Amino acid sequence: MKFAIQINEGPYQHQSADSAYFFTKAALAQGHEIFRVFFYHDGVNNATRLTTPPQDDRHIVNRWAELAEQYNLDLVVCVAAAQRRGMVDEGEAKRNGKDATNIHPRFRISGLGQLVEAAIQADRLIVFGD
Amino acid sequence: MSEIVKQFLYLNRRAPYGTIYAWESLEVVLIGAAFDQVVSLAFLDDGVFQLTKQQDTTGIGMKNFSPTYAALGDYDVKKIFVERESLEERGLTIDDLQHLTWEDEDDDWAEKDSITVVSRAEMAALMDDADVIFSF
Repeated sequence: MKFAIQINEGPYQHQSADSAYFFTKAALAQGHEIFRVFFYHDGVNNATRLTTPPQDDRHIVNRWAELAEQYNLDLVVCVAAAQRRGMVDEGEAKRNGKDATNIHPRFRISGLGQLVEAAIQADRLIVFGD
Repeated sequence: MSEIVKQFLYLNRRAPYGTIYAWESLEVVLIGAAFDQVVSLAFLDDGVFQLTKQQDTTGIGMKNFSPTYAALGDYDVKKIFVERESLEERGLTIDDLQHLTWEDEDDDWAEKDSITVVSRAEMAALMDDADVIFSF
């Protein structure tokens, strides 16, 4: 089956960020396809490469990046939600005159149309949120 | 854009302010309107407050985005379902909500009501019929 994943909550704050990861990993392990993972609302914070959890805790951002590397996942961060919350890539930094970036290179920032397209193209949209 | 046409249902369950879910849900609806899908919006639980009239956000310093709902008809969003039990549990009636309309081009641009009040059982059936459910 072809899944689209939507993540609405931030890392460490809310378990849905973890559940989405475990669901995605399990689906891939069973041979399903993940059309796209879309980060929305506070979920965009799952994409910051600057996160530093305690050493004995999971690294949620790197965990996504490693899974994406292994399966060539499309990890998309909503641009409107990202702008509000200070999630910045090179393009956004230039466009909005910011002096830094913080997005992990395995993620990309794009529009809400990517979420709608994923919902159309996938067999199932699974929303992880509060 | 896409030849696939699905039944999209946007579930709005939360109060308009307090969290950003309601506003960011509306942003998905507005963007999604460009994709030519069959779109319905549902308001239930505290989500029914999103459609109330005369919202005033001056005291909380947040943008009052409620006028945006009145523009949904222009985005071809004309099926808006509000759950009766959710209204009643909160002491609200349809008269407390904005009068949302759309213009029917096949009927000499007659202005028609967008909002339909449905029972909880009917709401469940709507969810059952949808291909895609966005839950906010």
